[in-house]
Amino acid sequence: MNSFDQILKQCHETREYRQVVDAIPYAKLIGLDYQRFGNDMIFKLPDNPDNIGNPILPAVHGGVVGGFMELSAAIHLVMMLDTPAMPKIVDFSLDYLRPVRGGKDTFAECKVIRQGSRVANVIINAWQTKREDSVATARAHFLLAP
Amino acid sequence: MNKSNPYLGRAKRFVGLLRQCQVLGMVVIEADAEGLTIELPYSKHHVGNPSTGVIHGGILTTLMDTASGTMVINALPEFELCPTLDLRVDYVRAAEPNQSIFAFAEAYRVSRNVVFTRCIVHQGDIEEPVANCVAAFMRIGSHMSPPDFKALVVGDDVFDEKNKVTG
Repeated sequence: MNSFDQILKQCHETREYRQVVDAIPYAKLIGLDYQRFGNDMIFKLPDNPDNIGNPILPAVHGGVVGGFMELSAAIHLVMMLDTPAMPKIVDFSLDYLRPVRGGKDTFAECKVIRQGSRVANVIINAWQTKREDSVATARAHFLLAP
Repeated sequence: MNKSNPYLGRAKRFVGLLRQCQVLGMVVIEADAEGLTIELPYSKHHVGNPSTGVIHGGILTTLMDTASGTMVINALPEFELCPTLDLRVDYVRAAEPNQSIFAFAEAYRVSRNVVFTRCIVHQGDIEEPVANCVAAFMRIGSHMSPPDFKALVVGDDVFDEKNKVTG
């Protein structure tokens, strides 16, 4: 078992996943953070000039928004389903609804719509100011088994 | 007048203005009227799965969004900053660690309001794709695009259908 899978196993025992997030380089690159409220989880993409795409608005790069939502969904599955490894993304469909403004934090929450033995369907909602005013929504399929 | 490939010049300047693309290390290596290719070298900072060293899907999404959005600019007769409406991505195989990834994008339909793109990510052989993406971009009109930004992207290249530089 490699060191990351070891971390995953430990975190499943303690139900504290900070170390998992800290071990993922891409999470560090974009600055992904999370807070857990019982069984609810809110993911956060803090304001960071390095995540900007369009410098005029300025707006967070659409790809970073997508990456943040996708990684949030993967971590959500790890936490909710006790997966032994990182779930592998199969496909991802992302709708951009409003500009994702620089200078503001972005948040995301995930919902597992259907969990089969090998694949899970997850929807993700992202917002900046009000949860109802989504900046982007997405749907993804993940393979759960390696 | 700049007689070098205006598509490559415009694409390079546009991607050069996008901070996240510079943070990741994207380089536009080819561009013409039909398509363009952006290279992203491997970096351990891009890893999404520490068990395998495979880069995160978000990196691919950012690369494909950038390649497709840059292609939109090259597909329009005048500079327009078109926001992405949606992206749909299939991750067909894991990218090999320690190798560059390449995104080839084309705009297959330019309508009055929307530009439709497709993009393939590969690692040297486009017949063995890592990911495939289709996207739609909303046209906002050239007059709505910020003039300062336009000047930075278009530069002094001659760039319209009548004066298209070939070869």
